[in-house]
Amino acid sequence: MPIDIAMTVNGKKTTASVQPDRLLADFLREDLGLTGTHIGCDTAQCGACTIHMDGAPVKACAVLAVQADAAEIVTIEGLADGDRLHPMQRAFQEYHGLQCGFCTPGMVMAALGIVARHGVPDKPVIRKELEGNFCRCTGYHNIVAAIEAGAREMAE
Amino acid sequence: MYRFDYHKAKNIQDAARHYEKADDGVYIAGGMTLIPALKLRLASPSDLVDLAAIPDLQGIDTKEDCVIIGAMTRHADVAASPEIRAKIPALADLAGGIGNPQVRNRGTLGGSIANNDPAADYPAGVLGLKAVIVTDRREIAADDFFTGMFETALDEGEIITAVRFPIPKRAAYAKFPNPVSRYAIVGVFVADMDEGVRVAVTGAGSCVFRITEMEEAFGGSLAPDSVKTVKITPDEFNTDLHASAEYRAHLIKVMAGRAVEKIMK
Repeated sequence: MPIDIAMTVNGKKTTASVQPDRLLADFLREDLGLTGTHIGCDTAQCGACTIHMDGAPVKACAVLAVQADAAEIVTIEGLADGDRLHPMQRAFQEYHGLQCGFCTPGMVMAALGIVARHGVPDKPVIRKELEGNFCRCTGYHNIVAAIEAGAREMAE
Repeated sequence: MYRFDYHKAKNIQDAARHYEKADDGVYIAGGMTLIPALKLRLASPSDLVDLAAIPDLQGIDTKEDCVIIGAMTRHADVAASPEIRAKIPALADLAGGIGNPQVRNRGTLGGSIANNDPAADYPAGVLGLKAVIVTDRREIAADDFFTGMFETALDEGEIITAVRFPIPKRAAYAKFPNPVSRYAIVGVFVADMDEGVRVAVTGAGSCVFRITEMEEAFGGSLAPDSVKTVKITPDEFNTDLHASAEYRAHLIKVMAGRAVEKIMK
């Protein structure tokens, strides 16, 4: 039976009627058109679908849309201020923290979770905290450098 | 996923009512195991009863001699709790090493132990610390709770409301994680309690278990070397693509030694 849900997505109140088996990732991508949330593995390992739910990074492919009823959701689309990128997005651009870019939305959302918990973290902390996000291109080096720089920028 | 109905329970009675009405209902806590299982069609419940909105299942309460953690408390909240860091730092460490940050933001204590995955971390802490599992019907000692692979002493429809952890004199958890999932290939929780040392092992067998020979070998001294002479027979241990039974038997000693080293630091 479809269920009525209401949540805030990137600051906008959103209501919908969804089947209980609708994944939050599919709801965001297909029903709301927010395709920045990527589905990589679809088995809750790769982290490309990382979004923020009530302020905490979670994997949207392992959350049902009905579980997000009443929640505050932020996706990668919710970070930039018009044409002005979020400092963490800018850092990924500046430090070349991506190659193919597929994992990047999840990396950026995970990075903001790291900043929320650790402020300006050092590299070992960043590497440990990225254990839920896979990148198959970069070897992580530039991602770690970007997160460190982005965190510093956000602190200023 | 096969189709199912979904109910967000308002309180424990409401949850039990929805469960009872369902043909083949299942409770959902954080869903970090259940949702992947649904997606793989390994589970096909008729109804999900969501426990996430029940206030009585949330929160951390510290007393003189114990810490009581609500069943729906997320791993990240246990890991970050100053009260738990102060009273049972080993438990905060364990919670902070489960899965990855995204999993820790969703997964719950009650969900983990109700599922009783053979490689889950929390069962080692619950059994090692001689915790008591509080349900909507009764209290169950950890020694009686974990009964087999994905099996527990919970009755049909019974809901874990909280877990009560006695405060050990000292304790530590060491695990050899699967590099992808961070599940324990072997994890050993060592707790020095008033009544003596307890050693609980996860990842090696069909579910968490204690090694009494090692507990006796440690005696009161907790010397890392004292585990070396204990014989661990791998006969009933797991063999899979990650590790053989013999390797797991070896890892138990190594992880026990590391746990004791952590305690001594």
